[in-house]
Amino acid sequence: MSEKHIIEITHLDKYFGDFHVLKNINLSVAAGERIVICGPSGSGKSTLIRCINHLEQHDGGEIIVEGIPLNDSVKNIDFIRSEVGMVFQQFNLFPHMTVLENCILAPVWVKGVPRAEAEMLALQYLERVRIPDQADKYPGQLSGGQQQRVAIARSLCMQPRIMLFDEPTSALDPEMIKEVLEVMVDLAEQGMTMLCVTHEMGFARRVADRVIFMDEGEIIEENTPAAFFDNPQNDRTKLFLSQIIGD
Amino acid sequence: MRSILKWSRENLFATRMNAVMSVLSIWLVYVAIEGVFSWALINASFIGTDKASCAANPHGACWPFVTAKLNQFVYGNYPMGEQWRVNIVFALGAFGLGLLMTKRVSFKKEVAVLMLTVYPVLTFILLSGGFLGLSYVETNQWGGLLVTLVIAVTGIVVSLPLGILLALGRRSELPIIRIMSIGFIEFWRGVPLITVLFMASVMLPLFLPEGMNFDALLRCLIGVSMFASAYMAEVIRGGLQAIPKGQYEAAKSLGLSYWKSMRLIILPQALVVSIPGIVNTFIGLFKDTTLVMIVGIFDLLGIISFHFTDPNWTSPQVPITGFVFAGLVFWVFCFAMSHYSKSVERRFSVTGENK
Repeated sequence: MSEKHIIEITHLDKYFGDFHVLKNINLSVAAGERIVICGPSGSGKSTLIRCINHLEQHDGGEIIVEGIPLNDSVKNIDFIRSEVGMVFQQFNLFPHMTVLENCILAPVWVKGVPRAEAEMLALQYLERVRIPDQADKYPGQLSGGQQQRVAIARSLCMQPRIMLFDEPTSALDPEMIKEVLEVMVDLAEQGMTMLCVTHEMGFARRVADRVIFMDEGEIIEENTPAAFFDNPQNDRTKLFLSQIIGD
Repeated sequence: MRSILKWSRENLFATRMNAVMSVLSIWLVYVAIEGVFSWALINASFIGTDKASCAANPHGACWPFVTAKLNQFVYGNYPMGEQWRVNIVFALGAFGLGLLMTKRVSFKKEVAVLMLTVYPVLTFILLSGGFLGLSYVETNQWGGLLVTLVIAVTGIVVSLPLGILLALGRRSELPIIRIMSIGFIEFWRGVPLITVLFMASVMLPLFLPEGMNFDALLRCLIGVSMFASAYMAEVIRGGLQAIPKGQYEAAKSLGLSYWKSMRLIILPQALVVSIPGIVNTFIGLFKDTTLVMIVGIFDLLGIISFHFTDPNWTSPQVPITGFVFAGLVFWVFCFAMSHYSKSVERRFSVTGENK
């Protein structure tokens, strides 16, 4: 059973001081599965995915990625981080480097890939996110949507098996959301394992295998997108859906 | 001509108040410049070999004092026959800095590495001597601008890397490293430099075993470097704090280790943010070198004031002339540093818009 699960989270607990952010979270993700996590702000959804690559340290329970437990071992943390890519709400590109340098940095310095090879790979991924001709520009010269696509390419350059998206379109102007989502759909269609914290319900409907609804640090409901949107079970889910969909 | 008139009418005499202020300011500037001008040039003496040549112009500068003593002002008592060694050090230093400042030079990294590794060793061999057929020149014979530059450059070169390590240490999650860094920084920042120099030259020999003694200049160099490092650490810590948390997280999420993310992501940005503060510290350090005078080392200012007592030159204009000359030399160096820092800042500007 656990063989085909690429991520296995059991009884996960996390506190910020006295505040119980994540309460007994259990979640298994199969290889190639696309999961969308949604919920009101402060529900712990970002914290959950940040625990998976140890940007946040969990206080209880277990996280196992590709059979490797996430614990204090620096070796394990480094391994898991090299297998898990992350895209942030604020892009977090390195402003003092060109787009290409952003992309080849980790392959060269973490994996020891030769520079020329890393550049070829980077150009290939920049093509895939549809900005091959911006490689020599600095992040500050690009639009928000372009920056976010570079950030996706930068993560892909490490050739991760899992991608985490932490509200990737929330900081974008409306007209740029589509171009980023299209790249994410592409990625999903090519079989990447994805965990996306997002409120883009159209995206969820189109690509997600499962939608997870969180509130106050707990997983309230999880279901296929069709069932989740058309027939929500829990009252809190219904309330949330009515709020984000509008009327 | 028409455009000058037009410009003045718009900018200097637009309103009655504006006109009054303009006239007043121009008059003030004129008074100041006229005074300096007549002291330094019109009423000054230029040629001569002793104080008698300056007696004719009691209200002007006595420049012969500077020209007659220039050799000592630059080299101190460094033996005449060996001064070519100092000249080589100066020339190499100027050449290296020149390369680093020239935009078109593409091998800056190599030059910088040479300047930080080979150049100090070469400088030590040349200045100190004692081997390779070079006669030994004791540091108490060094003086003037030479000593000023040796102290300032050593302080600058040591304080930057040490300051970076201390700043990182102060932000470390490891308690022992953090406490040690804070202790070091607060100790050196809390003590006046004069006290440090006194301790180094008077107290330290008392603690060392009999017969063991190390060079007075070296002790000053260490004192000044520690002092400057503590200040540098705080300047750089400010820069580190200006870097958004997202940069650290992005580096981590890509699997970069602590040292790699510091070196490749955080420090390049933090140092650029800190350039004004760093240069400020450098300039302060450069001027503070004059304090070594009180422990018997003759830097530029020290040696100039020492020569005021020369019976050949005891005249009231001489000290004023000497101090003005010292001020001018210090100003040129400090202004050059501040001016250069501006161009560095522009070149490394993070936004990428100015590239």
